[in-house]
Amino acid sequence: MSESSEPVDDEELFDRETEISPESSADQSSSVEHPLIMARDISVVFDDQSVLLNINMEITRGQTVAIIGESGCGKTVFMKTLVGLVNPTCGEIYFDGEGLHHMGYGELTRVRRRFGFVFQNAALFDSMSVFENVAFPLRQSEVVSETVVEERVLQHLAEVGLPSNVASKRPAELSGGMRKRVGLARALILKPEVVVYDEPTTGLDPIMSDVINELILDTRRRYPVTSVVVTHDMHTARKVADRVLMFYPRSRLDDAESQVLFDGPPSDLEHAEDRRVRQFVRGEAGERLNELSQGLSV
Amino acid sequence: MDGITTIGDMTLFTWRMLKWLFTRPPCRGTVLVNFYQVGALSLPVVALTGTFIGMVLAVQSYAQFHAIGLDSRLGAVINSTLVKELGPVLAATMLAGRVGGAMAAVLGTMRVTEQIDALTAMGADPIHYLVVPRFLACILLIPSLTIMADFMGIVGGYFYSVIILGIDHAAYLNHSRDGVTGFDLFSGIFKSVFFGSTIAIVSCYRGFNCEAGAEGVGKAATTAFVYSFVLILAVDLFLTIVMNSIYYTIYPNGTSFL
Repeated sequence: MSESSEPVDDEELFDRETEISPESSADQSSSVEHPLIMARDISVVFDDQSVLLNINMEITRGQTVAIIGESGCGKTVFMKTLVGLVNPTCGEIYFDGEGLHHMGYGELTRVRRRFGFVFQNAALFDSMSVFENVAFPLRQSEVVSETVVEERVLQHLAEVGLPSNVASKRPAELSGGMRKRVGLARALILKPEVVVYDEPTTGLDPIMSDVINELILDTRRRYPVTSVVVTHDMHTARKVADRVLMFYPRSRLDDAESQVLFDGPPSDLEHAEDRRVRQFVRGEAGERLNELSQGLSV
Repeated sequence: MDGITTIGDMTLFTWRMLKWLFTRPPCRGTVLVNFYQVGALSLPVVALTGTFIGMVLAVQSYAQFHAIGLDSRLGAVINSTLVKELGPVLAATMLAGRVGGAMAAVLGTMRVTEQIDALTAMGADPIHYLVVPRFLACILLIPSLTIMADFMGIVGGYFYSVIILGIDHAAYLNHSRDGVTGFDLFSGIFKSVFFGSTIAIVSCYRGFNCEAGAEGVGKAATTAFVYSFVLILAVDLFLTIVMNSIYYTIYPNGTSFL
C-alpha cells in the first residue's frame, strides 16, 4: 500500500522537462524500437452492453494520436482503459513494455503518474482553489517543498496563459476555457510522458477551442510528450494529430467487423475507403436520417 | 441477488478503507476539514434536538408518574432513557441526516464529474483520500455529540420537570443520580461508535456508487440517509441485547427506578 507514497526524485521530474523542437519530436518518434502504449484485444462490456471489442492499437513515443468517433462509440472508455481507470473485460494493455494487468497497486500508481490526464470538464476539485488543484499531484508525490510547489504552480499556470491572480480563485469562478487550461496545467505539473486529453474543446467557443489546440501543440513543443486526444472536433483532430483512429459504436457493427474504421494520417481522412469515415469527417448524417424517418434511431 | 452483491461490495469497500486506515494515516489537512464538518457544525443541532427530546420525555411521562405519586422519580426515567438509548440514537440520526446525506451528495457529485477518476489518475487512492478522513471524523466525534445530546436532554428534562412542573429539585436530582450507572453511560457511547462507522461507510459507499446525473446524486443522498437510519436501529437492537447480557452478568440485580 505504501508504495503509492514512494517519492519521485524531483530532479528527475525536472530532467524530463526539455525544450525540444517539433523536428526533434518527429525524429524521436521515428527512432523508437518498441511502442510506448500497446493495446492487445481489448474488450470492455458493461452489464450486457459491449462497448469495445477486440481493439488492437500501438502508440509510439512522441506521437500525437487523435481518437475520433461519434458519441457512445467507446472513445473515452478506451482512453480510461489505457490508464487503468477502467479494467478491460479481456485483453491487455502494455505501457513501456510492461503489462498493466501484471501490476500491483503501487506499480500501477507509478505508471499513472507518468500520465497527465485532462478530463472533459476539467474535473477540478471544487473544494480546492486553482492553486491547490494544480499543486495536488506535486503534493501527492511528497517530494517538494512548498516554495518549489508555489514556483512550479505559477510557472505552469503562466504556461497555459493564466495570470497568477487566478491561483486563489475557486473552479466555480472560472469560465469553461479557463477550467480546461487549469486542468492542463495540473496534468503537466509532474512532467508526464503521456498526456491524455478527453474532448479538450467540447463546449468551448471557436476561439477558445483554437487556444486549447495551440496549447496542445505548444505542450508537445515544450515537453517530449506522447499525446492521446479523444475528440469529435475534426478541426482539433486535423490540427494537432499525426495519426487519427476512428472508432464506431459496437452496436452498429457486425460481429466480424473491426471497431476501428480508420487508422492513418489526418490528411487521408477525406479520402478514406469507408463511407462512414467520410460521412463523419464531413458531418453528414447519412443513413441516420433514414433511421430517424423509420423511427429506428437509437 | 443485487442485495447480496451490494453487501459483498460494501464489505470489500470497508476492508479497503480499513487497510488504508491502518497502513497509511490520512494527511492532517483533510482530517481537520472533516472534523470541523462532522463535529463543530453538528454540535448546535444535536444540542438543540437533545434539549427538546429531554423536555418531551418529561411532558409525556409526567401524567402517569403523577397519577401514582412518583413525580420525583421522573428524572431517573428521563436520564436513563436518554443516556442508554435516545441520546446515542438521536445524535446518530442527526449525523446521518446532516452529515451522511451531505457526504453521499459530495462524493456522488465527485463521481459524476470525474473528480474521483481524476484522483486515481493522479496516483491518489480515492478511498484513502476521501473515505478514511470521513470515517475517522464520524467514529471519533460521534461520542462527543452523543455526550452533548445526553447532557442537553438531561438539562431539558430537568428544566421542564423542576421549573415548569414544579417537581422537588433535590428529590429529582437524587433519583436521577440513582437511576443512571456508569455502565449506562458507557454503553450509550460505545454504541455510538458503531453508529458513526455505519453512517460513514454507508454514506461514502452510496456516494462512490452514485448513478449519473442530478437524479443519481439525489438518490445517493436519500438512500444514504435511509439505509444509515435503518442500519443504526438494527445495530442498536443487536448491541442493546449484547450490552444488556453483559450488564446483567456484571450486576445480576440490576437497577430499579422504584
